[in-house]
Amino acid sequence: MAEKKLMLGNEAIARGAWEAGVKVSSAYPGTPSTEISETLVKYKDDIYSEWAPNEKVATEVALGASMSGVRSLVSMKMVGFNVAADPVYSGSYTGVNGGMVMVVADDPGIYSSQNEQDTRQICRAAHIPVLEPSDSAEAKEYTKLAYEISEKYDTIVVLRTTTRLAHSQCLVELGDRQEIADKTYERNPAKWVMMPGNAIKKHVVVEKRDITIAEDACECPLNTVEYNDLSIGYITSDIPYTYVKEAHPSASVLKLGMTNPLPEKLIREFAGKVDRLVIFEELEPVIEEQVRAMGIPCDGKNIFTRQGEYSANMLRKVIFGEDKEVCAAQVPARPPILCPGCPHRSVFTALKKLKLHAAGDIGCYTLGAVPPLSVIDTTVCMGSSISTLHGMEKAKGKEYIQNWVAVIGDSTFMHTGINSLMNMVYNNATGTVIILDNSTTAMTGHQDHPGTGMTLSQGAVTPINFEALIRSLGIENVFVINAFDQDALKSRIKEEVKADHISVIIAKAPCALLKSNHFDKVCVPVADKCMRCGQCLSAGCPALTKNADETISIDTTRCNGCTLCMQLCKFNAIRLEED
Amino acid sequence: METRNIMIVGVGGQGTLLTSRILGGLAIRAGYDVKLSEVHGMAQRGGSVVTFVRYGDKVEEPIVEEGCADVLIAFERLEALRYIHYLRKDGVLIVNDTRIDPMPVVMGAAEYPKNIIEGIEKDHTVYKVDAGYEAQIVGNPRCFNVIVLGMAARHMDYSYEDWMAVIETTVPPKTIEINKKAFDRGWNL
Repeated sequence: MAEKKLMLGNEAIARGAWEAGVKVSSAYPGTPSTEISETLVKYKDDIYSEWAPNEKVATEVALGASMSGVRSLVSMKMVGFNVAADPVYSGSYTGVNGGMVMVVADDPGIYSSQNEQDTRQICRAAHIPVLEPSDSAEAKEYTKLAYEISEKYDTIVVLRTTTRLAHSQCLVELGDRQEIADKTYERNPAKWVMMPGNAIKKHVVVEKRDITIAEDACECPLNTVEYNDLSIGYITSDIPYTYVKEAHPSASVLKLGMTNPLPEKLIREFAGKVDRLVIFEELEPVIEEQVRAMGIPCDGKNIFTRQGEYSANMLRKVIFGEDKEVCAAQVPARPPILCPGCPHRSVFTALKKLKLHAAGDIGCYTLGAVPPLSVIDTTVCMGSSISTLHGMEKAKGKEYIQNWVAVIGDSTFMHTGINSLMNMVYNNATGTVIILDNSTTAMTGHQDHPGTGMTLSQGAVTPINFEALIRSLGIENVFVINAFDQDALKSRIKEEVKADHISVIIAKAPCALLKSNHFDKVCVPVADKCMRCGQCLSAGCPALTKNADETISIDTTRCNGCTLCMQLCKFNAIRLEED
Repeated sequence: METRNIMIVGVGGQGTLLTSRILGGLAIRAGYDVKLSEVHGMAQRGGSVVTFVRYGDKVEEPIVEEGCADVLIAFERLEALRYIHYLRKDGVLIVNDTRIDPMPVVMGAAEYPKNIIEGIEKDHTVYKVDAGYEAQIVGNPRCFNVIVLGMAARHMDYSYEDWMAVIETTVPPKTIEINKKAFDRGWNL
């Protein structure tokens, strides 16, 4: 009997890629897609896998590998798909040589993202087939099938997942690796050079491909019909399929393993047999609008929401009018917080003391927007901190941004922040940019990037030197400061925001959770010196608590001895001790 | 067997993921179908986290629905209260009787609810343990989560030997002995 293993959706996808004979993978980390690449490292004898600085680059790497004749994988979260959209739209025209699969992870419920977009809409617009597994076992099988579809129809294929699928586990049967012979590469500008004369012809090919795949989808084993009680039939896919099976096992179901293009004949046949047709899909009415356009009456977003995750109880409530009347207790929220010893807290504390606004970016440091720090005013997307600050300056003048800075993490700076900084230089801007350099991509679970000196599977390399890189753009005012040095931070930032030039402050200290980070000291309160002023608590470190008499306690199991609270105390009522 | 629904809730960083992996391993060992669902990402930075474990003959959805949990394992009191509406009327709560203030409480913007466990006891069977204290007795304050798991184990479908075998193959090798001791302490409380 084949070995079975409990696997995350993401682990199963990586396994599927290995079994499918994939040879190259590139990705930028992003919850909930990150574990795919982290799992691929296990197969490094067979698969070259890397972290790229952003999703556009990663997609082009995978496309290049495909051009050369091998099977390739690229994975990202849905907002990264926007960054990758440029090669995606044109890659749809070129098609592939070796099979190419893009895993794109949506985040219904916004567990760890900045919006709730639906990847299927971009795929429809770009004419790219979409597969959607409903558990880890299917995730592995669909990944393998995606390569066959990719090569059969000469197209990139998207495997669309969601947070729930990516981070759920079920038993997966393991298979062997298929050894796929490399395809030969032959010069073919009509296929690979997307200039108008070729693209015009390719557009015709893409349209035909869509029609062919849609026809074949009616026979495709990924799309399955379960006829039971015919009074109601659901069209559904991915995780919502499991909610239908849980809440309404007696109903008929058309389960779409491929949600783009849709199998029209199959849908018409199914709709014709059931009395009531319900489209049960999370996020946008992508299937529903197409079914309605076929002239088929159905229920969908008229009874279900576009927001958040679905559940079996939601279906029971809407379809059966069943309301269990469970009501949640009203309790204080527990939002995520910066860790004890986090260098971002120190930088934000300095900004707060200086009463500055910060244009923020994507990472753990987005938490600087919430109390008690509350210094980040804006967060839009990767890299946007620097360019939005630039836009403010151009709109309102140099004086306007003298109480503003841009803050961006090291990995995010490498991702797209560097482009925005080039724009500042080119367009004669002023402004202060602070790079929060904690030597890792922290929020997604500590992945390396070009500035860390480590790669995903190839060991150590020469790290890109931030200071040298920024100086090479022509910026003269570059300062590297210890992120925990409050006085140095405050005096430098105070001076630079008033200056008539671009300055970049690299606030450097490793993430407190990095395994290489060792702490041998802890902060300890000196009760008889404490004046109960609460200054130490103002930074919101979770290791500190206020006692009934307004003195403080420090939880030494959580304190990392970063000294921020010590620096905030004017009465020497906190001292550093050996742990 | 009808599907059993287990939930593990706590504060990001308390080890809910390790606990659910042990539960997953047990279900496989017993030959059940099993699905787990976890929270990764931003919530792991000290936020409220929840993990679902479902096992039985055939498991469909990977999440536990409100009002359906047979066993709720809570590593902190406030988190027990936050998710108590997931517990069935005849379900069991195993709670680590400890308090971790969330930021709104630390800042004085909200109050930490009083008498949480007493309130829950009116409607549900509750087993509470000061797992931090017990962990110190066992010899490592970090193994508190396995002590709570040991207590919860009494309300699930596996033998002591099953638990020990799975702990041995799931936790990091260096921590096998301390985790087994911690489990034993919880089991016998």
